[in-house]
Amino acid sequence: MSAALRIHDLTLAYDRHPVVHHLSGEIEQGALLAVCGPNGGGKSTLLKGIVGALQPIGGKVERLACDARAIAYLPQAADVDRSFPIDVFDMVAMGHWRSIGWFGGLSKTQRARVFDAIASVGLTGFEDRPIGTLSGGQMQRVLFARLLLQDAPIILLDEPFNAIDQRTVSELLELVNSWRSEKRTVIVVLHDLDLVRRVFPQTLLLAREKIAWGATSDVLCPENLLSARRMVEAFDREAHECERAA
Amino acid sequence: MFYDLLIAPFIEFEFMRRALVGACALALAGSPLGVFLLLRRMSLTGDAMAHAILPGAAVGYLIAGLSLPAMTIGGLAAGLSVALLSGLVARFTALREDASLAGFYLMSLALGVTILSLRGSSVDLLHVLFGNVLALDEDTLLFLAGVATFTLLALAAGYRALAMETLDPGFLSSVSKAGGPAQVLFLSLVVLNLVAGFHALGTLLAVGIMILPAASARLWSPDITRMTLIAAVIGLVSSAAGLLLSYHFNLPPGPLIVLTAGGWHVASMIFGLSGGYLRRLPPRRHLEA
Repeated sequence: MSAALRIHDLTLAYDRHPVVHHLSGEIEQGALLAVCGPNGGGKSTLLKGIVGALQPIGGKVERLACDARAIAYLPQAADVDRSFPIDVFDMVAMGHWRSIGWFGGLSKTQRARVFDAIASVGLTGFEDRPIGTLSGGQMQRVLFARLLLQDAPIILLDEPFNAIDQRTVSELLELVNSWRSEKRTVIVVLHDLDLVRRVFPQTLLLAREKIAWGATSDVLCPENLLSARRMVEAFDREAHECERAA
Repeated sequence: MFYDLLIAPFIEFEFMRRALVGACALALAGSPLGVFLLLRRMSLTGDAMAHAILPGAAVGYLIAGLSLPAMTIGGLAAGLSVALLSGLVARFTALREDASLAGFYLMSLALGVTILSLRGSSVDLLHVLFGNVLALDEDTLLFLAGVATFTLLALAAGYRALAMETLDPGFLSSVSKAGGPAQVLFLSLVVLNLVAGFHALGTLLAVGIMILPAASARLWSPDITRMTLIAAVIGLVSSAAGLLLSYHFNLPPGPLIVLTAGGWHVASMIFGLSGGYLRRLPPRRHLEA
């Protein structure tokens, strides 16, 4: 099995204070990886670094499966203007951008795929609804549907199940599992450790530093969780420059 | 009676016909721009940009007098550099876009007024500030029509990217590099139309024919296509009605065109079918599901 992503001594920082500190590792193609850890532990920042929205201050991310813009990324709080006059169909169809670009029209197959995507997140019948009339959970499902159309080899989800009801979570999890059988690489930031244990074979426990990375049952042991909890959340204003040069 | 009031002024006087064509060109191109300004919550940005154009136009005036090319080029240069600079400042400093834009347009406006005072009577100043739609010559008219045509074509080309950039900028930037160009294209079109507009309506009022019809249209429909069409109709009707009012009551045409659009706006706020005041008053009986 070949690697989809290789992370070399990656340091991501805001204003020189590292949030992800000297992280190295490799993510296989078709992996289903959960990223867990305390608030401020660098989980979302890591995803931003992988997708290229944040430039590393040290080290690098090697994207072997595809280039950065082909990665599908669902941020924790998507900055969607919910008052914008657009309906669910058009919103989901945006997922086709990479094949239709500025001017291209939707082919019959592409239209059918939009309907399929809407159906697979359980929103059939909502095609004509303006996005402003959706509930928070429904909106999240719309974003999921758009993500499906991107047909990406690497998929990053940042706490995708927040504010979503049980039934929808299990439906979305089925989608996530089907990606795995399609050999897509999936990285999900999650807080629900039970869910992680149930569904995700691999876990990265991140608290600024890498606490553990490997099989979920080994990573989520009490000692590791305890040391993750000990992370000091506040930045040290008096911090010295890091000596661990690459 | 009907003929005398509505038709005769345009039949009898060439300057009225020219004014009508010029104002309609501005209204047509202005309405989709106004709708996007509104959707991007930049209604006041148009106003700031209009002020920013002044020093460029003033320098053009200082060099070449009341000349169309000189004032146009000057205005474009000033408007685009303020737009660009405030974009850069927002990107590379802690200031947000609104604050940096405010800073630059105020400097630009003060500079413009200073330059105008170097040479020029108050009549000239009034011309630049309030335009003169009744004195459009052949070249200016062609310029207005050309700008309107170009604007509509360019907006059609950039429409999807611009809509996506407005709706979900994070997503667009994650899948393509189109966001930046779409934003630049849009701001350039706004500046171009304001520059075209100041020959007819003046720097201060040119933005009126963009924003007022768009804001009114929002009160009639939440759909973006319909909003644009309604805004265009309101803009066109206001242009014609404003010119007629100015003719019959012997008042300046520019302000009356914008005031007519303002009248539509007030009416829309009260009667608008999509979010107007009356529509919200008595809660009708609720539905079952």
